[in-house]
Amino acid sequence: MSVLLPASLAEALETLAADPDLVPMAGGTDLLVHWPQHTELHERSYLDLSGVEELRPHRWETDELVLGGLTTYWDIIEDQRAWNELPLLIDAARQVGSIQIQTRGSWAGNIVNASPAADGVPVLMAYDAVVVLESTRGRSEVPLSGFYSGYKEMRRSPDELVTEIRVPRRAYDVQIFEKVGQRRAQAITKVGVAVTRSDAGWRVVANSVAPFVCRCPAVERILEQGTEVRGSDDLLPAIREDVTPIDDIRSTAEYREKVLARLLYHDLLDLCPSFG
Amino acid sequence: MLRREGLSKLTGRERYVDDLPLEDFLWGATVRSPAARGRISDIIFGDGVDWSEFVIVDHTDIPGRNAVYLMEYDQPALAPGYVRHVHEPVLLLAHPSREMARRALREVQVIVDVDPPALDFRTLPGPDLIQYGENNVLKRLSIQKGDVERALGESPIVVEGVYETGAQEHVYLETQGMLAYLDGEVLVIKGSMQCPYYVVKALKPALNRSEEEIQVIQTPTGGGFGGKEEFPSMVALHAGLLALKSRMPVKLIYDRTEDMVATTKRHPSQVRHRTGVDENGRLIAQEIEVVMDGGAYLTLTPVVLSRAIIHAAGLYHCDNVSILGRAMFTNSVPYGAFRGFGNPQAHFAVERHMDVIADRLRMDPVELRRINMIRDGQTTATGQVISDGVDRLQIVDRALALSDYERRRREHWVRNPEHRYLRRGIGMAAFYHGAGFTGSGEVMLDSRLHVEGNPDGKVQVLCASTEMGQGQVTIFTQLASDRLGYDPAEISIAEPDTHRVPDSGPTVGSRTAMVVGRLVERACDDLCRKAGVEIGAPGALVKEAIIAWHSAHPGERLLGKARYEPPPGIEWDEENYVGDAYGAFGWAAHVAEVEVDLRTYDVRVLDFVSVQDVGTVLNETLARGQVQGGVAQGISWALLEECVWKDGAMENGQLTNYIIPTSGDLPPIRVEFVEFPYEHGAQGAKGIGELPLVGAAPAVLNAVAAATGRQPTEIPLTPERLMALLANGDR
Amino acid sequence: MSDGRDDPIRISFTLNGEPTTVEVSPSERLLDLLRYRLGLTGTKEGCAEGECGACTVYLDGLPVDSCLVPAYQVRGRLVETIESLDPEGMAHYHARGTTQCGACTPGVVMTAEWILRHRDRLETHTVRELMAGNLCRCTGYDGIIEGIEGALEDREAG
Ligand SMILES: Cc1cc2nc3c(=O)[nH]c(=O)nc-3n(C[C@@H](O)[C@@H](O)[C@H](O)COP(=O)(O)OP(=O)(O)OC[C@H]3O[C@@H](n4cnc5c(N)ncnc54)[C@H](O)[C@@H]3O)c2cc1C
Ligand code: FES
Ligand code: FES
Repeated sequence: MSVLLPASLAEALETLAADPDLVPMAGGTDLLVHWPQHTELHERSYLDLSGVEELRPHRWETDELVLGGLTTYWDIIEDQRAWNELPLLIDAARQVGSIQIQTRGSWAGNIVNASPAADGVPVLMAYDAVVVLESTRGRSEVPLSGFYSGYKEMRRSPDELVTEIRVPRRAYDVQIFEKVGQRRAQAITKVGVAVTRSDAGWRVVANSVAPFVCRCPAVERILEQGTEVRGSDDLLPAIREDVTPIDDIRSTAEYREKVLARLLYHDLLDLCPSFG
Repeated sequence: MLRREGLSKLTGRERYVDDLPLEDFLWGATVRSPAARGRISDIIFGDGVDWSEFVIVDHTDIPGRNAVYLMEYDQPALAPGYVRHVHEPVLLLAHPSREMARRALREVQVIVDVDPPALDFRTLPGPDLIQYGENNVLKRLSIQKGDVERALGESPIVVEGVYETGAQEHVYLETQGMLAYLDGEVLVIKGSMQCPYYVVKALKPALNRSEEEIQVIQTPTGGGFGGKEEFPSMVALHAGLLALKSRMPVKLIYDRTEDMVATTKRHPSQVRHRTGVDENGRLIAQEIEVVMDGGAYLTLTPVVLSRAIIHAAGLYHCDNVSILGRAMFTNSVPYGAFRGFGNPQAHFAVERHMDVIADRLRMDPVELRRINMIRDGQTTATGQVISDGVDRLQIVDRALALSDYERRRREHWVRNPEHRYLRRGIGMAAFYHGAGFTGSGEVMLDSRLHVEGNPDGKVQVLCASTEMGQGQVTIFTQLASDRLGYDPAEISIAEPDTHRVPDSGPTVGSRTAMVVGRLVERACDDLCRKAGVEIGAPGALVKEAIIAWHSAHPGERLLGKARYEPPPGIEWDEENYVGDAYGAFGWAAHVAEVEVDLRTYDVRVLDFVSVQDVGTVLNETLARGQVQGGVAQGISWALLEECVWKDGAMENGQLTNYIIPTSGDLPPIRVEFVEFPYEHGAQGAKGIGELPLVGAAPAVLNAVAAATGRQPTEIPLTPERLMALLANGDR
Repeated sequence: MSDGRDDPIRISFTLNGEPTTVEVSPSERLLDLLRYRLGLTGTKEGCAEGECGACTVYLDGLPVDSCLVPAYQVRGRLVETIESLDPEGMAHYHARGTTQCGACTPGVVMTAEWILRHRDRLETHTVRELMAGNLCRCTGYDGIIEGIEGALEDREAG
């Protein structure tokens, strides 16, 4: 195995362009899990991003929050403005693993790791975040809601790095994030959902119920149109249109679907006149 | 007294086996079976590594009998051509580089001609699945008291129930690990273990060595809970075989996943109850059947089954009791010792069943327990007369008072219908646990212990009991210093080293403080006798006497000795399971308050109160820690911990997927002790290690039943199971 | 930039206040570097998957799981381990039963001490939430939480 240690973004992009097989290494909280046992991973080559200082900071622009390609959960937890303006980022961040994970794990790593259970992704998606990809070929921007196309499939070519994640600053009157794991803290999500409402409309994003984290357009339609919902079961047809949960070692398809419906129903009951 | 080794643990200075400085050694690794059952037809060594660099051991390298001996010789150290469970050890490898050893594991392929595995312990096996005796029954036991059939026939009300519990993995934080090397002709084994002499017992026949040629030393042990009772013998044997073949030190440390999938676990169980009661709730007959999954080898299963059936009727008096116990062979990883040793399974069933009976009778579950709770002069299922003077009702009442049981119950009745999706409930369990080995077990162990007076007057306790976090070193120091009138700093506890310390029996079964602790006291007395000073004399005099003895006997050792003597009047009929099963019982009650979220079917424990009689409390902080830790393991066994199986293999062998609680998942566990001293235990102590775990699961599930109005019968009660139970509930 | 297969990488960092220079292999974890090459065995491995927290150290002052940190990433940075803590500070943990078997303990103490040094985080987080990355199988957590609470009160007073 080998690792390359670029000291600037330009150098990192050039190195990656020269060898797109390099695996970017950020906080390592996905890549190093069970590392000693995964001897096959020791045979690969890595591009260490930790020395690329310009990727770490995040900044507040007039109309957006821009996360860097190395910004961690903890960086955001420490930022009081995020608590006030984009509280779902905080809700999700503090439920990612434990503090030891939050101090290392990056938002960009969460996106590129592309786990269906990722918790950073649904809240970013519910805030209409945009992924900024850079390579020596140039820079492109992809809305996060259109970033994935299948299980671990995404619109990122091997020579691109996620250098920024742009989160619009809007006024929200509904912001909900629910995470259900096998325990209360440090758990992989069995079913989760982020819901927002702003001038841009409703956003409902579910995780762990499909091959990738995705918006739920049928449920959003019910909310936009004010369709009557008399109980959580009324949401099931829409949920079945939107997502395809499975049985795995952590839970069952039936549970995931039902609990998603119940969370949505109970959490929105007081917010939506059409829910009764 | 503060935990003696506390500071060295808190500062990271304590050295566990993997922390010992070591040079020029090999890392061991274990090649395991991919299949649950079958003949090994081939072993293929891939070309990804240079095999000439490796030491490889298979069953033909075993000098003696190919078995990890404890109760029987049934479990091979390395599969001799046929495997009986997934992850059964087949080959051992060693290499100076751990990375290379791990790579090599990926390069070996064990090919198995698969035979159909027996995987369900609840059903009797078809002919093609039989692999043990005539019907795969590893052990059958029975207890009979009165005439159950007649009494059931005459009972106005008969309540039935079937209760199931799953496997539980110990998850001691330090994984299994051993170091083996040759010191001249002596094979030295150092590692994480509860019972150094069990390791000696297993190594002797397998390695054809005498006790003098095997030296076993326990290193500081990062948790055991029963998981380091019998299993370390296997790890030690493997490390020893590699060291003997390579003539180099070998370190064998399990990865977490290997530890989770390949080592013993708590026996899964199915318990049936048929109970006759009258309208007032008085028990007329208890018919109980306990079935356990033993796994592929015997380990300690017969003893676990024994403890389960002895406790299966609960702490109630009933004239007619029939208990049948059966442990089944299956092609799964062998189940073994785990804190509570069968009793948690037994009590989950009986204490859940008491609530089911109360529900049927429309009776307060506490009242039902009160009516039937055994009183002094009454007998247990084995006919043991209880006469220890313990006020069991006081224990229950104290737990109810501390938890504010009545008021909370009323609050829940008001609150539950008002809340859209949260339901609260409160539940209790009353339970007991026999301390020490069952029946004549302690006599058979014939435990011995020495207390040595040194020339400088200081004293050392020599015993094979081990510290694994439960506080043995501190307790023994306390006992010796109290007995001799010494400053604790002048007492040391010898490292458990089988070449230095006598066999004081295994560190299991809640016996250490009570039974072995008593030996500490008696050996201290013997030391005084030999030093020629009165027993109970002030410490300064004892010390003087020891120093004087040494000046009179230069070069000699001054050893106070004690050997186990059974308390008078204990009679046990092993043949018929009649008599005094234990010298003493610990008694306790738990109360749990839970909140069920009907959106997610998640159960959260809001409050937990435990009131325990463990005899005299020797050290409040340590005792409380034992209770809280035991309760925590019981709560998570009830709600979280589930081994997911696929074709006999545990699929979720990672801490990410096998869920034990974090600090955020547990409530504060409130503990109170009610002390009824036991005259034959050290300073009046009874066992404490296992008792708290025993009643936690039924208390939690009884609370869930109170919250939801449904009767769960299976643990772990995961949200998925609760959803099924509540199916077609509210919206 | 370093190059080449399996070439060791020379890194310098500050370890428990001391400047340290070592060669590390690209596949080496910080945990292994500390335990097996620098003799700092206080940091434990309990899982190698970021769950148990027994391997907790501070990296630039923040608690991290050293089993998930590639050793080369600590170049130029500050690493502190359990060995750097003052034993005098352990009295409350000792008295309240924070440790039993000790396997989780160094990690627990590292997180606990971090909380004590950053008590303003307790305005938003509970001690139990902040400790959730340190699994303990022995104590049921009460001994840990009470030890931290004791130390919090004490240092508040002091
Ligand atoms: C114990 C534990 C608990 C966890 N709990 C949760 C949880 O509750 N919820 C959750 O969502 N996640 C959880 N995770 C996973 C998690 O920490 C992450 O997904 C994290 O956000 C990944 O960030 P990283 O910087 O550590 O990524 P790395 O492991 O360094 O990389 C992850 C992937 O992203 C790629 N990558 C990283 N950065 C970039 C970039 N800038 N450009 C292009 N590619 C990049 C890498 O090549 C790799 O494929 C947990 C992990 C652990 C070990
Ligand atoms: S060993 Fe690092 S978290 Fe468990
Ligand atoms: S003290 Fe044993 S795991 Fe925490």
